[in-house]
Parts: sequence; structure tokens; C-alpha cells
Amino acid sequence: MGQTLFDKVWEQHIVNQHDDGSVLLYIDRHLVHEVTSPQAFEGLRLAKRKPWKISSIAATPDHNVPTTLREAGITDEIARTQVEALDSNCTEFGILEFGLDDIRQGIVHVVGPEQGLTLPGMTVVCGDSHTSTHGAFGAIAMGIGTSEVEHVLATQCLIQKKPKVMRINVEGNLAGGITGKDVALYIIGKMGTAGGTGYAIEFAGSAIRSLSMEGRMSLCNMTIEAGARCGMVAVDDVTLDYVKGRPFAPDASQWTQAEAAWRQLHSDSDAVFDCEINLDAANIAPQVSWGTSPEMVVSITEDVPMLTQARDSVQHEGWARALQYMGLEAGCKIRDIAIDKVFIGSCTNARIEDLREAAAIVKGRTKAASVKQALIVPGSGVVKAAAEAEGLHQIFIDAGFEWREPGCSMCLAMNADRLEPGERCASTSNRNFEGRQGLGGRTHLVSPAMAAAAGIAGHFVDIREWK
Amino acid sequence: MDALTIHQGLVVPLDRANVDTDAIIPKQFLKSIQRAGYGPYLFDEWRYEDRGEPGMDCTHRPKRQDFVLNQPRYQGATVLLARENFGCGSSREHAPWALLDFGIRCVIALSFADIFYNNCFKNGILPVALDDAAMDQLFTACFSQQGFQLTVNLETQQVSTDSGLQFSFEVDAFRKHCLLHGLDDIGLTLQEVNHIHAYEARRKNEAPWLFQA
Repeated sequence: MGQTLFDKVWEQHIVNQHDDGSVLLYIDRHLVHEVTSPQAFEGLRLAKRKPWKISSIAATPDHNVPTTLREAGITDEIARTQVEALDSNCTEFGILEFGLDDIRQGIVHVVGPEQGLTLPGMTVVCGDSHTSTHGAFGAIAMGIGTSEVEHVLATQCLIQKKPKVMRINVEGNLAGGITGKDVALYIIGKMGTAGGTGYAIEFAGSAIRSLSMEGRMSLCNMTIEAGARCGMVAVDDVTLDYVKGRPFAPDASQWTQAEAAWRQLHSDSDAVFDCEINLDAANIAPQVSWGTSPEMVVSITEDVPMLTQARDSVQHEGWARALQYMGLEAGCKIRDIAIDKVFIGSCTNARIEDLREAAAIVKGRTKAASVKQALIVPGSGVVKAAAEAEGLHQIFIDAGFEWREPGCSMCLAMNADRLEPGERCASTSNRNFEGRQGLGGRTHLVSPAMAAAAGIAGHFVDIREWK
Repeated sequence: MDALTIHQGLVVPLDRANVDTDAIIPKQFLKSIQRAGYGPYLFDEWRYEDRGEPGMDCTHRPKRQDFVLNQPRYQGATVLLARENFGCGSSREHAPWALLDFGIRCVIALSFADIFYNNCFKNGILPVALDDAAMDQLFTACFSQQGFQLTVNLETQQVSTDSGLQFSFEVDAFRKHCLLHGLDDIGLTLQEVNHIHAYEARRKNEAPWLFQA
């Protein structure tokens, strides 16, 4: 019987098989940011331990960093202390860090792939649930808690039970303007936010193969919103073309050997999955979330559901609560929802392709007067520089959008970028939870083009009709 | 980490599905570099009328009286009931830290998000998943009886009431062992150090690009 992609990478990383069915799994890449690491480093020091493999670790501050001018440093004292703790921990242990003054600084899930720190077939962990992003490279990539961050620092391993494996096949052609983000939201809408719990998910099919690496990263990024810790896409030419020549990728002397190994990273034709779902790409329209969970999502052409459509009393209660929080009427049209702010950024959608898609919508137009603020936050200093070289920043600035420094920003609003109570945002981030973008803030998850178009029109529009 | 064998305590019912870790501990409190001190900010946006900030003294903050944790009958609760997909979202271990700091030692829900579930065991909190019928019975009993208590026995893997309700739950043998004895699993993994070295030696030949300085 053939193996799945997940099985292949998993088997290559088994250090020891335990009698109870768990394994000791070797970790190739450990990405670190300021929020979930200080307690792990402190634990290491208290136990007089050292990181096992320094060269496997790379760090960058992202959650807490300001996106306005950096010269002033971080004015929030508690946030500054945390970023300084990352700096001093990296210095103390000799860990590679892209600090605030480094052009390579940015959102850890943008920086890893961009620098070639994320490679096909790796096991990648980070103290952040959106580590699933890196599965786009045919890697097993998963978010871990701080205790496990310490565990990986100390031992280079994790104790893991093999999850079940699901394959989601999306066959056919995606319509123009439909992105990896729309595919992700569509799948979550179908499966629910607990639909993938206990699974690793492989995304396959012709529609997935047609996505760029940026699109695949957006898709795998939101696997966690479907409940699965890890999402994957098989390695192909698109993957290899992206990786080749990146600063930390294998150089010419090792490329042939690496490529030969990576070419094996796909599910065998006779591989058997614990669960398989087939979807038709033609059914996927631009998606807009309406509620306070990513599963509360519909197409732009649809209406906010009626409470009578809920499947049971628990969902009925959840929807009623969400509608009240979001200030929406059941049955209202998505296109009629007016927005106050736009946020284009986050580990889901802050890569160069995302900014290009947004700029194409914005070019030659102006932000609606009713929209108070539209933020463009590049995923890294490298993305920012690339966008500026293409003139994208000027397109945004001319349209009345704000061009910012890289970081997580208003995705989770740990820094000064946030919604005020009652404000409604078209956001390219990944979570629409209550308070996620600021106390009382109302988030609608969309693709970059959809967010940009909402910023111009002042309400949601179908970008397939954008002229 | 404190061991947990048998725990008996007052139960608080949080009758919601998809309770996310942003709700359990909002982002502004993640700026701390400590493991302790998050209890006063547990469910901050649901518990208080105002916007909480790190370091704030919570004793005089205006409380939302309709939120279950603020109701007098549930003060001192150590067991939390919830519905499907508890702890979804962010991997922040600050969520179990906040629950523990508040005094919660056991969360009983229809299901849990994977990362949160795992994080609980690392911090001496027992997450128990029970089926729909059992959860409905527990919620009903908790709403109807003042001072409703549960006994959670990790050894026998059972949740029970004085009135005779009893439910069995599943738990992974290794996690159970660690929680019963309060074990640090880094120490356990380091007993396998020879396996790790042997793996690295082999892997360096297969994939040398993973071992560059």
C-alpha cells in the first residue's frame, strides 16, 4: 500500500517509537517570536539546559512591534520589555534573529519561507498556531504551546501521536479573482472549525496545484481554523522554483540531492486516507465571514443566514450571539454591509502577491470617504522593499491607504493598530473572534482584493464584477 | 507542575461552543514574560465592562453581572463546563495559565481544540471530553443545583456526582501518567538522548542540508 505525503515526512522524523503508540519526533526548524518564547527560555535557564541545535532556530519579533516609524522604538513599555527579552535570549544562546532594525524582520510565517528557512519535507514548529502555513512546502508544520517550545529547545524533539490524515481534493478551475484565502474560507465554512480536529490535512487537486506558493501558504495558514494543526500541499515545480536561490536554501552543491529527495514528497497513487473530501472549484465564489467564528462565512452573493437555518440549539445560540456582537440582522445582504476600516496584512495575506492583488483593485481610485482608515501592513521588510520597487506603495498612498512597517499589526491588535468598539473591518487576517482586532471590534474575513474593493466602495462588493 | 489524581470541586457552567483562546485570555495580557498572574484577567472581555490592561488591579473594575463567572453561586469554582471545540484558535499557553491561576483544575467539554488540549496537560489541568448526552446532563444538573460539585478521578477515568451520575472518559496513557505524577516530560525525553544522537547521525547522510551551521 502506498504512503500519504504526511506519512512519508512523519516516518523520516521518527527518532524513537514508544510502546504506547507515541513517537519521539525530530524537529528540523524551530521558529521563534517574542510572545510565546520568554517563559520557555526562562525554563531552560532554570533547569540549566541549553538549546540542542542552535542552527535549527530562527527568531524575529512580530506580534508586539509598532508599524509606524521605527526610529522612536517601542513606546509601550511592556511590549518593549518583551521584544528586548527576545533580543537578549537570542544573544545569550547565539540564536539567529532578524531584529527590528533588520530588513529581514517581519511576521515569522512570512519570513521563514522567504528566507528559505522553511524547506520541503521539514518538520517545522513555532509557538504560534499559524505555523500550519509552512505545510505549503510539503512540510509537517504545527503550532505548539510554550511548554513544547521549551521541549524542542532542550531536546530537538516532540512527543507526538500520529494524527489521522484527511485529503481535501479541490478539482477544476478557480474563477478569476478567487484566491487561496477564498478556498480556505470556503472549506472552513463546509467543515466547521472543529471539522479537522485530530487530523492532518493534505490539500490536493488541480485547483490547489494551480495556486502560487503565496496562495498555498494562505490556504495552509488557515488549516488551524478548520481545527487541524497541520495542512500540507505536495511538492511540485512551483515549490522548487520558489525555494531555489533563497538565502538559507541548499546551495548548488546540495541542490541535486535535495531536489531528488523533495520530488518524492507527494502521496502515492494508492495511498489510503482516513477521510477524503471532494470539492468542485467552480463552486467557490469570493468569501466573506459574517460572524465571530471563521466557520460563519458565506459567498459575496449570499445573505447572512436566518437563525432557522441553524442545525441545532447550540449553533442557534452561537449564531444569535454572533449577530448581536456583529450588529447584523439575520438575512441581510453581504453587499449591503458597510465598513469602517480595512486591514490588509497578517501571516495569511501579507506577501507580495497579496499586495499586488490589492493594488490592482485600488489603482487610480480613492478610499471611500466613509472608511476611516485603510492599513496596508507588509509581511516583512523584504516584502515591503519589493512592493516599493514595484511602486505598489504609491498606488496605496495615492488612494488614501496607509503604508506601514511589517508586523502582525491589526490581525490581533497587540500593538497600537486596532478597532475601536463597534467599528467594522474588512480584514485579510484569519480570525474574526470577539475582540480579536480590538475590544468590541467587528471583523469580516476576506481576500486582499475583496478588502481593497470594500475600502474603495465603502461596503462589500463582488470583485468578479470589478471594472 | 502539580500532580492531579482525584479532584473534587465546585462547577461553573459556560454554556457556549467554540470558546477561543482570545476569549480565555485577550492579547494585551500576552505581553507579560511571566507564567503566573493571568487569573484576574481570565475571560477579561466577558467578565468586565471596561477594557482591561496588563497590571491593572481588577478588584474595583465594573463586572458584567450576567457573565457566569461573576455570579455569586459559582465563586470558588475549580471545574469548568463548556460545549464543542473549547480552546480553539491561538496556541497561547497563557490560556491554561490563566485558567490555572484562576483556580480551574479541570475543564469538561464536548470537544477540545488540539493545541489547547495538549497545553492543559503541560500545566496540571485535566481536559475531559464527554458526549452530548453527558454534557447535557451535567449542564442541567449544574444550573438546577446550587453548589453543584463534581469528582474527577484521573486514575479510574471517571467523572461523578454525589447523586450518582457517573461518566467515563478517555485519556492517553502517557499524558495520564505524567499528570498523575506531575512529571516534566523534558526530563523523560532526555532519557532518550542516545536515540536522538543516532537519528541525527543517520539523518545527516540522508539530508545534509538540514545540518548546516
